Amino acid sequence: MRLRHLKKVFHLFAYKEDLYLLCNSKYFIMSNEDYLKDISEIKNLMNKSSRFISLSGLSGVLAGVYALIGAFLANNIINNIILQKQPLKRFFVAYDSVGSLLIIAFTVVLLSIITGVFLTVRKAKRSQEKIWDSSSKRLIINFLIPLLTGGILCIILLDKNYISLIAPVTLIFYGMACLNASKYTLGDIRYLGLTNIVLGLIATQFVGYGLYFWAFGFGVMHIIYGGIMHFKHDVK
Amino acid sequence: MSIINNINKVFDHRIRLGIMSILMVNEYADFNTLKALLGATDGNLASHTKALEKSEYIKIEKQFIGKKPNTRYSTTKLGKAEFKKHINALEKLINKQ
Repeated sequence: MRLRHLKKVFHLFAYKEDLYLLCNSKYFIMSNEDYLKDISEIKNLMNKSSRFISLSGLSGVLAGVYALIGAFLANNIINNIILQKQPLKRFFVAYDSVGSLLIIAFTVVLLSIITGVFLTVRKAKRSQEKIWDSSSKRLIINFLIPLLTGGILCIILLDKNYISLIAPVTLIFYGMACLNASKYTLGDIRYLGLTNIVLGLIATQFVGYGLYFWAFGFGVMHIIYGGIMHFKHDVK
Repeated sequence: MSIINNINKVFDHRIRLGIMSILMVNEYADFNTLKALLGATDGNLASHTKALEKSEYIKIEKQFIGKKPNTRYSTTKLGKAEFKKHINALEKLINKQ
């Protein structure tokens, strides 16, 4: 009787030992690829949970193209003002042009936002990511804080008649907005931000050439960085 | 054998690795965020978070947002250190083979 009992216990023990060995041996049996898969999944989750990765590079390129077209049209209007020889006529032409310049500016901004949202939503849908989650909210909030600060500062500058500083300030604050947002999305826009900050600082020394700096910072730079992002992340 | 010793059994599951990965790079994450990112069921996620909490690798905070209860998770210092050890051990294993 006692012997049978002992045998039972021994059996149980042996069974447990086997199980234990089986558990441990998993580490030896698991192949290299399984570990690599684990590590890549960890990296993927870390990125996905902290950054909004569906930002479309193509929308950056298109925003740059809109900015260049806008700058070209604005340049024509400004040249038209300068061409007027009579001071009074020049004043009236300039007065009339303010409206069309504002329309161009708003159209460029609006088109860029619409294109950006449309292409980003499309990219997110294709890769089956969520569009409106904590990562995209965080991205937008952190992008908007420096941008709105710059916007308010520009209105103040306009009010105090420091008009020559407006182009540099928009570039600098847009750069800071990109720099700040780069922590929450694809890291490439960090360099777009840095470039625009430097460009804005240089622009302070070239009063009257604001439009050219705008065309370069918002136009050419968007096309370059948008292109880099497109080929790095979107083309697979 | 020392490499095997650093492999932490508590992390030896896809969902648990996932929870720790997300919490390593975020200050905190709530239950629904974790659920969506990991594609886990309620019960599954709850049991894994409980296991991690039992080892004191993560902290669970319960609060109310309006009338809705909200559970959010964050890593402890111990959890961060142990997870780093685990990842290093995994990487060493890969390099050794």
